[in-house]
Parts: sequence; C-alpha cells; structure tokens
Amino acid sequence: MSINIILFKATLIIYLVATVFYFIDVIGRHERFGRLARWTLIGGFGLHCLTLVARYFEAGYTPVTNLHESLSFFAWALVGIFLLFDLRYRLSVLGAFTAPLALVMMIIGSILPKSVATLNPALDSWWLPVHVALAFLGNAVFTVAFVAAVMYLLQERMLKSKKFSPLYYRLPSLDVLDSINYKCLSFGFPLMTMGIISGAVWAEAAWGTYWSWDPKESWALITWFLYAALLHGRLTVGWRGRRAAIFAIIGFCCLLLTFLGVSLLLSGLHSYTAMSGR
Amino acid sequence: MNIILVGLSHKTAPVEIRERVAFSPTAMERPLREMMNLPDISEAIIASTCNRVELYATSRHPAAGMAQLKNFLASFHGMSVEQLEPHLYQYSGEDAIRHVFRVASSLDSMVIGEPQILGQIKTAYGYAAEFKTAGLILNRFLHKAFSVAKRVRTETEIASNAVSVSFAAVELARKIFGSVEGKTVMIIGAGEMCELAARHFVNNGVTSVIVTNRTFERAEKLAKEFDGRAVLFDNFADHLQKVDIVLTSTGAPNFILGHKKVEEVIKLRKNKPMFFIDIAVPRDIDPRVNDVNNVYLYDVDDLQGVVQANLKERHKEAKKAEQIIDQEIIQFHKWLAGLDVVPTVVALRQKLEEIRRSELEKTYARAKDLGDKERKAMEAMTSAIINKILHGPTTVLKTAQNDANGDSYVEAVRVLFGLEPLQTEEKIENLDDVTGEE
Repeated sequence: MSINIILFKATLIIYLVATVFYFIDVIGRHERFGRLARWTLIGGFGLHCLTLVARYFEAGYTPVTNLHESLSFFAWALVGIFLLFDLRYRLSVLGAFTAPLALVMMIIGSILPKSVATLNPALDSWWLPVHVALAFLGNAVFTVAFVAAVMYLLQERMLKSKKFSPLYYRLPSLDVLDSINYKCLSFGFPLMTMGIISGAVWAEAAWGTYWSWDPKESWALITWFLYAALLHGRLTVGWRGRRAAIFAIIGFCCLLLTFLGVSLLLSGLHSYTAMSGR
Repeated sequence: MNIILVGLSHKTAPVEIRERVAFSPTAMERPLREMMNLPDISEAIIASTCNRVELYATSRHPAAGMAQLKNFLASFHGMSVEQLEPHLYQYSGEDAIRHVFRVASSLDSMVIGEPQILGQIKTAYGYAAEFKTAGLILNRFLHKAFSVAKRVRTETEIASNAVSVSFAAVELARKIFGSVEGKTVMIIGAGEMCELAARHFVNNGVTSVIVTNRTFERAEKLAKEFDGRAVLFDNFADHLQKVDIVLTSTGAPNFILGHKKVEEVIKLRKNKPMFFIDIAVPRDIDPRVNDVNNVYLYDVDDLQGVVQANLKERHKEAKKAEQIIDQEIIQFHKWLAGLDVVPTVVALRQKLEEIRRSELEKTYARAKDLGDKERKAMEAMTSAIINKILHGPTTVLKTAQNDANGDSYVEAVRVLFGLEPLQTEEKIENLDDVTGEE
C-alpha cells in the first residue's frame, strides 16, 4: 500500500472518531465530547492535508482526476470549510451533521479503485488545480449551507408545531441558522462563479472553445442559476428562513447530480478517466 | 460519628402539616439550643422553608439520635410523634449525605433546578454558625453541600430552561431571533400579564416598547413605565410592521388580529420573522396566523407545553447531577471515616512504632558488639517509652469521642503527627454568587 492510501485510511478513521464524539455530545448530552470532537476533526484535517500532498507527489499532478480522488478532495474541502465556520459559530450540532457527511464521502472513496493513473495530457495544466479547487470549495460551502438548511427546517418545524424533541435544545436559533445560510451563499456563489469561469477559460486554451455544453457544464449552469435566484431573492425581496432553506437543499441536490450523477451516468468531457482507475 | 437527618417535605406532608412544624426565622436560637441538649445529639442545623423542614445533626448513636429528633420536632410544635410520624423521613450516614446534597442541588425541589433552595440552606447554616451549634462535621458537610450544588449548577443544564410562562416566552424569542436585544415589543392590552411578560423582555435587552389599549390613558401610563410610546387601539395594526414581538391580552371576545393582516405585514417586513404571544383567554389572535411563513404564534396552552417540555429536559439533566453527587459522596465519606478514633489511635501507634524500629536499627548498625541481652533490654525500654507517650493521647481521644468536639481532637492528632491527611484540602469558594435566572 502506498503512503497516500495509508494516510487516507487513517484520516477516515479519525473522521469516524470525530463523528462518534459529536454524536456523544449532541445525543448523549456530554458537552466535553464536543470539544474533543472539534480537536479530533482538526487533527483529521491535518492528516488529510498530508494525504493530498502525498498523493500529489506520487501522481505528479493534482489528485482530482478519478472519483476516489475527487471524493477525498471534496471531503477535505468540506471539513476545512466547516472548521472555518466553526471558528465563528462554535456549533457542535453543525459538526454532528457535517462530520458524518465527510465520513460518508471518505467511505465511498475508500471502496473505489485508488490506483494512480497517468494523466490525460489535455488536463496537464495549472488550470487543473485552480478550476477544481474553486469548484470544490464552492461545493463544500454549499454543503454547509445544506446542513444548516436541514437544521433550520427541523427547528422551524418544532417551533411551529410546538412539539419539542431533545434536539430543539441543542439546535441554535433560527436566526443563526438563517445567517449561516446567507453567509454560505455569499461565499459559495463567487467561488462557484469563478470555478465556472476558470473552467471556460481553460477550455478555450485547451480545446479552443469556452463552452461545449457537455452534461456537467449544463448541470453546473443550472445549479448556478438556482443559487443566483436565491441570492437575488434574498437581496431584493427578502427571501429568508424556510424558503431559503428549501432552496439551499434543492441547490445541494443539483450539486450532487452535477458532481456524481453526470460523471457516473452520462459521458462527456468531464467524465473521470475510468471507474477502474487504470 | 454519624450524620443523621429527620424531616418532611412537600413530597411527604401536606401544607397543613408543613406550616405547623415550620420554624420562625426570627427565633432560631431556642430550637437549636434545645436540639443540642438532646442526649445523643452533638451538632445541629435546622432548615425550614415553606416546602420542607429538616433537622441535620451528628450522633454517636444514629437510631437513638433520630428518635430524639422526631420527639423534639413533634413536642416543640405541640404535636404528638404519632401524628407526625407518617409524614417524616429519616436518614443516617451515606443516605443522609446524599439527601442533603440532593436538596442543596435542588434535585428534591418541587420545581427541579429552582435556585432558591440553596440560599435557604445557606441561611439555615448561617443560624447554626451564629449560635455555634454546627461543629467540625456539619461545618464541613454544609460547605461541601454548597460546592456540590455549585458543581451541579455549572456542569449540568438543570436550571437552564425556563419553567415559568413569561420566561419561556423570552426563551422562545431567543430561539427565533437569536437574541432579543434591540427588538421591538408591542403590548396590546395594558393588563398585568402583559406587563409582567414585557418586563422580562425589557430586562433581557428589548429596547423599544409600543403599547396600545382601548383606553388610551392606560396605554400611555404603561408606555411611560417602559420608556416606550402609546398608539391608538383603532389603528395598532398599522404599527405592526416595525414590531418583532407582540404580546396580547385584551378582554376582547373575538379575534382582534387575523392571518390576512399578518400576511400583509410580513410582506412589508420583507419576511423578517414575527413572534406573537397571545396570553388572552378567549384568544386575541386567529390561530391561523401560525401558518403564515416566518410567523410564530403561541397561546397560553402552548407556553404551558413549553414549560412542561423544559421540565422534562431538567429531569434528564438531573441524572447527570446524580452522578456528580455520587462522586462527591465518596470523597466526603473518606474524610468522615478518617475522623474515627480507633483508626487514628492505630495509625498513631504505627507511626511511633516505625520510628522506634528505624532508630533501633540505626543504633544496632553502629554498635555491632551489643549482645542479645542488651538488645532485648533496649527494645523493652523503647517500647515502654512509646506506651507511656501514647497513654495520655489515647485516653483523651477515647473519652473525647463521646464529646461534641471530640472530632477536632482526632483531626488535631492527625495534623500534629503527620498521619496521612484526611482530605485533600479544597478551597471553600465564596458561594454567594450562585444566583438563579428567575
């Protein structure tokens, strides 16, 4: 087993431990475990950085060309973005919702073929890390928005129906959840926009055309319009709360489709070299 | 020495009994002195609140001591023991320690987690300290109980969710708005209920208050109290756009606000959330208002429901508190057991014996030419010295154990001779800063 795979598995285990700690905090109501979970996750993130660096040196290019690499990169971006939000909000509950997502990505990534393939010469460019990093950071931010949106809908439901589960006491206020939604939107949207623009510029350089309507490009555009609509609604007519949360959830579904569905179901320029990972 | 306890509380006795055995806070000296005069009682504290009357004491003979406490409690209030007996509970040793820790931590209260009880126990301890009826054991015991209560308060959320309707409303607002600071409250119907709830909001940071009432003068009067402004009842709805929280309690027989109007207002507010608290019966606000997006409507029953949910939450936290108490009992028990005379005497003898042994060996090592006979003589002599030295302290300790302050002798001996410490000396913190929310 090469070093990057060992590091990858170690990271996965640490994320698992962090997830368990978050659950003990939120469900078992032991707040000390929340702090423990945070530090575990920070440790896992550090290890994950090493994993990516190791993979980079073994492959010789930014490791985002097959699904295993992409999932790992996505999970890395998600944990990183969550930790940034955690600095500001200090919410164990948000961790208890986010860490399992990162864990699931890692687990799926761990069962996919992991061997290093030779890079398609068309992709060998500095645009690769720039385009992909922007796109995945945007995805990660929108994933946090999705998590906050789910929490918002749960909390709103309890406040409306006046039936309180123990989660009510652990979830933050609607205002906080809505402001996370807004923050994510105002960071995620520029990231996504730049991700798409950088891709177009790169495509022009590599293939001579800015836009070729391959399925991933089309779906990315649809997703972009959706988030653009939400941002517009927020800023002009004061969309917020429930509606913003539902939008964030639909947006996330589109994101997933763009990321996974298009790669797996439809073929195009963005398809990963092969599931077998030659 | 044993800690014993006899008492009754809201759980065991109806108010008619509780009020008869309550002690007047202005005349605590006489009952405390009478308790001290009981033959088997050596320290005494009386805790008397409207929900409980409890006698804490120390005694060499727990069974006899508790019987005497019962007699005292009955006769002091002119009742017969038979009359009182069915309402009484009694604990000794570890059970007594647990009970007092639980009471001080408010786990035994009618409203679990309510903060007053700690203050009341402190007051009770204050009287005992004033009249010097609390000795070494009860002093430390009560201080321990206070620090346990403080631990429970800070390490669990036993007191963190509101159990009164008006405070529950503030907490709900916090779950909606994050904070009520800078929010605007409108009071519809200048009644007492609204005023009380509004007071809670203002104390928690609400800065702007609007009051409306059918009789405008009353609205003006109440507005003045809150530094707010009064508006006419006929067009109060025109002001809703700027209002985040609405408190209503008018005597109106019909709804004074419907969901259509609220929908309009929310649109004007660009969906900024609103929180309506309808404490009027019959209700003032159409329940359909709750279905409007970003609007939350709570009536009196809903608020009661929140209080019930909060109480349930407190009961769950209480389990954590019980664990803390278990730990603390073990610690305190160790200290208490160390106060026994017999182990102290044994430890003291062992200590001296050790010194004798090591000194003898040193001497033998230097004087190798000593014969068996001389050695025997030296051993007999040193042994006799130890016995002579020990005789005095042992007698004093043994007689002192039947004394009120016998335990201080035990502790003194342990400190003077450097016998293993009875407890890790912990700082008794200033407990006066333990305050509640309500």
